[in-house]
Amino acid sequence: MNTPTLSITHAPQALSRWRAPRLSLRFWPVFLRNLLVWRKLAIPSLLGNIAEPLMWLVAFGYGMGALVGQITVDGQPVPYILFLASGSICMSAMNAASFEALYSAFSRMHVQKTWDGIMNAPVGLDDIVLAEMLWAAFKALFTVTAILGVMLVLDISHSPKLLVAWPILLGVGITFSSMALVFNALAKGYDFFTYYFTLFLTPTMFLSGVFFPLAQLPPLAQWLAAWLPLSHAVALVRPLFMDQWPSDGLYHGAVLVAYAVVSFWLALGLTRKRFGQ
Amino acid sequence: MPHIEPSPTPLFQAQHLTKRYGDTDVVQDLSFEIAPGECLGVIGPNGAGKTTTIRMCLGLTVPDGGSITALGLRMPLDALAIKAQLGVVTQLDTLDPDFNCAENLLVYGRYFGLKEAEIKKRIPALLEFASLTSKAKAKPGELSGGMKRRLSLARALVNDPKLLLLDEPTTGLDPQARHLMWERLQLLLQQGKSILLTTHFMDEAERLCSRLLVLDHGKKIAEGTPRDLIAQYLEPDVVEVYGVGALALAESPLRAHASRVEVSGETVFFYTRDSGALMQALHAYPQLRTLHRPANLEDLFLKLTGRQIREDA
Repeated sequence: MNTPTLSITHAPQALSRWRAPRLSLRFWPVFLRNLLVWRKLAIPSLLGNIAEPLMWLVAFGYGMGALVGQITVDGQPVPYILFLASGSICMSAMNAASFEALYSAFSRMHVQKTWDGIMNAPVGLDDIVLAEMLWAAFKALFTVTAILGVMLVLDISHSPKLLVAWPILLGVGITFSSMALVFNALAKGYDFFTYYFTLFLTPTMFLSGVFFPLAQLPPLAQWLAAWLPLSHAVALVRPLFMDQWPSDGLYHGAVLVAYAVVSFWLALGLTRKRFGQ
Repeated sequence: MPHIEPSPTPLFQAQHLTKRYGDTDVVQDLSFEIAPGECLGVIGPNGAGKTTTIRMCLGLTVPDGGSITALGLRMPLDALAIKAQLGVVTQLDTLDPDFNCAENLLVYGRYFGLKEAEIKKRIPALLEFASLTSKAKAKPGELSGGMKRRLSLARALVNDPKLLLLDEPTTGLDPQARHLMWERLQLLLQQGKSILLTTHFMDEAERLCSRLLVLDHGKKIAEGTPRDLIAQYLEPDVVEVYGVGALALAESPLRAHASRVEVSGETVFFYTRDSGALMQALHAYPQLRTLHRPANLEDLFLKLTGRQIREDA
């Protein structure tokens, strides 16, 4: 370690772990691989993905909604079920993306060694991580689309601006899948993800204005909430459910993008480290 | 492109490779070449640096020093372009458990940018080559160890590679499966493919490899054709003697008939150039069991790397 060796002269240039992502269309066959596996299990997985959010919606929306009645958002009265639906759909995007980018990606990366197999073909690690990130975001979009369909059927919202909410929810999926991949890169086993869910995602769920307005929280919790990406997702999506344009939309969007970019870069660096690259 | 005469440059060339993990030199100043159509075997005990070498050849591990060129391209700079022309079988199968055999080939072919129609045309021949035609719809979980390895080999051939890197392709297989694998690899060599093979099995190395590289502690300790290496390092004959009183022979006048005597456990090994005289002398000990055989690669391997079990083995 201490003496320079004779081979230094023709040593390959050491690449920084934090070099810019090297992304290409080679990610597509990897994405397609995940899609093919999922297609075999799509229907049961769809039921699993939307059953839980719908239970929240029905139990809380109609149960609590009857007690709460209306909630005031930006000085405007809103039925509780609409308030909850617009928040919980963001939560569903978060959960679906996180679950896929943690448990499922870890299975492919560590347990099945699928990534190792792919890297023996002309596909780089950066493209594999990109494919996993987009795949988890796609799963979030898929879940969200199914839930939106049910919400339309239940006539919870029929705002035409839901069409704008849809790509935003894909963005929410991208943000949370990028964040989850950071922890995927660090994980030694599945147990590790329990911490992420209980110590991060669960508090996030309660502190991001999904179930009740943030204004009701003590100042410290409000300050904390302002840092959570899910708050910003809710701030973007809820007005669209109410057929309004979000105020400070660019700001909220920029926060989500910042979380996504920083997390993806971090995830990539840590994954490169994990694979000794 | 203008027509270019086949150049004498090797298909694959590694020069002065060095890799260090912490304070351990895993690979030290390792150089080797693979000529077109050649099968180069890399043998060495566990922890000798074989897998690290393969990983460096694939650009998955960046060497601390040295260079690798393959097919006129440089590693790791052109890693993807090189890998597009390589076939790889790793020690542990990385088959997709969710796909059947045919789907495994299809999905893997896509990673090479091959069109679906093109891959589908190749699949029947690949399955046939792997003797898996009847298992096209079976998932890896339903396959035997030998079938899985052959599917891995078929998968490595999906891009019709020029060079195959095989890391212990027959470890853990039963003799039938191993022989079938050997037949297939010989077939590939006949077709003009080049192979880099790591193995623990000396009979495998002897059967398949035109040239061998012996690694120990990350260093190349010998290189040559199997026959040349045996002739260079060993006496032509080995007589193994075991049974009650065998160990005493190691220090007896019989020693004079051998150039080298080794004791391992309850067995005495005589390495000799004059086996006739030694066998004659051994007639005086009818209670002992003897095995007279030509020296082989296993003897060479044990001579070069020692008989002791490695701590990390």
